Amino acid sequence: MAKVVNRMHPDFATQSYVIEVFKGVALTTRQFARNLFARKDVVTVQYPDDRRPYTPRFRGKHRLMLRDDKSVRCVACMLCATACPANCITIVAQEIDDPTIEKAPSRFEIDLLKCIYCGFCEEACPCDAIRLDSGVHSIPSFTRRDQKAGVINLMSLGSASIASQGGEHRAHSHEGTAHGQSSGH
Amino acid sequence: MHLVDNVLLNIVLMTLIKFAGFVLAFVMGVATVLTWAERKYSALLQNRIGPNRANIGSIRAGGLLHMLADPIKMLTKEDFAPNTPNPVLFRIAPLLAFVPALVVFAVIPFGPGEGFQISNTSLGILFIFAISSLNVYGSVIGAWASNNKWSLIGGLRISAQMISYEVAIGLSLCGIFMIYGSLDLQDIAARQGELIWGFLPAWGVVLQPVAFILYLTCAIAENKRAPFDVGEAEAELTAGWWTEYSAMGFAVFALSEFIEIILIGCVGTTLFLGGWTIPGLHGDAWWIVVLEIGAFLFKTLFLVWLQMTIRWTLPRFRYDQIMRLGWRIMLPIALLNLVVTGIVLTFIERA
Ligand code: SF4
Ligand code: SF4
Repeated sequence: MAKVVNRMHPDFATQSYVIEVFKGVALTTRQFARNLFARKDVVTVQYPDDRRPYTPRFRGKHRLMLRDDKSVRCVACMLCATACPANCITIVAQEIDDPTIEKAPSRFEIDLLKCIYCGFCEEACPCDAIRLDSGVHSIPSFTRRDQKAGVINLMSLGSASIASQGGEHRAHSHEGTAHGQSSGH
Repeated sequence: MHLVDNVLLNIVLMTLIKFAGFVLAFVMGVATVLTWAERKYSALLQNRIGPNRANIGSIRAGGLLHMLADPIKMLTKEDFAPNTPNPVLFRIAPLLAFVPALVVFAVIPFGPGEGFQISNTSLGILFIFAISSLNVYGSVIGAWASNNKWSLIGGLRISAQMISYEVAIGLSLCGIFMIYGSLDLQDIAARQGELIWGFLPAWGVVLQPVAFILYLTCAIAENKRAPFDVGEAEAELTAGWWTEYSAMGFAVFALSEFIEIILIGCVGTTLFLGGWTIPGLHGDAWWIVVLEIGAFLFKTLFLVWLQMTIRWTLPRFRYDQIMRLGWRIMLPIALLNLVVTGIVLTFIERA
């Protein structure tokens, strides 16, 4: 679609720029005076001292959720690792005794330097085992190795999930307890 | 023999005292403060807070301690040198920019009489031009020796820009010399103490307003600061001609830029704002002399402030705009100003 561009045709006084420069100087000086003592318009947030609140949907560092017995909820199904566009999740599975669950990760590592915090892992997970809602952001370290968050590290932020897990049998046995409602997972 | 020795010793001693008082205390002092003031000032007029974290214990002094923290940081940082075929040139380039900027203050009259000028030469302003045009070598050699394409492009830009504006700045000042009939800065300053029609100070800015604006514009362009900082142009050239400089090399370049701000202020004061004179105040009493020195410093600081505010007010011009402004606008206006001044002067002499 053709669009008419309205070009400005400044008069000579504007174009000569001399008066305009002094107008600009007056403007910046006024702003300086306003901010000198009262800091009227200053918008700076003094970061480490003050922080702006994160929105509830802010995606921060991952956390692995826990079962009621404080073991990790992850069943090493690899769905998150498959969904991850940055290929930064490494999972090594191991068998566990519980016949309704069968597997658990022996190693679960996220390379936080590669992660783009897209949240796909969270969406892919069928067990509500991984979440990005910890609100932790900016995780400095001195080495690259420290940026690989392992299972213990990730679980330290975790908490119990209210979602049920372990199929029919297990959901049954949990009936009546506070955390037992099935939530469609 | 003894007498000669004494005279020589006296001259050397006086020069040293004047150097310490004016250049070391005032110029270097203000330049150091400017490194902090510019960041703080720009922050406040852009609705930010600016540097305020350097501290000794709980003393922060509004970030004033950054003046101390900066040199410590600059001295202890890695002094990186690129893989260049000209390592020697790379190292001496900051000095080539720094030394001319300082030397020029030798001829600035900061008070009444020869006592308040490090070196009284009748060539005054020509000396300033000669020395401060050497300044371009520092930047250009630094850019060349950096062996970096950004530096090279930046260096090309500033060399063309500085040489172009040198022409306009020289011509813009010619009107001043015609009016006061002298190249001696002390003379020019003293002549500006007179009054026209009994009330108007005979300052350069009153008699040559166009030249003042030309001078200020060209001087800022000479100093390659915004809006004329295309040689640095962070948006296109990383940091332009000083991309490769770090630690003290960078600090010396930056400091010579601040010193040049003060130099522009000093020359502008001497030629256009009446130098050390105060309108309506004459005499040899010591308190008048002190007031006059104070007036000079105050006027200089005013021009420094003006330059800084302009630098933080205007956006950067495009490179072709700068060259066009220099050759097609500044130069003709400067010439026209010269012609008009000549005609008016002739009429006044006839009358
Ligand atoms: S947030 Fe995205 S990139 Fe990061 S681990 Fe999860 S799926 Fe991978
Ligand atoms: S975190 Fe969720 S998706 Fe990833 S392996 Fe564990 S159970 Fe599967």
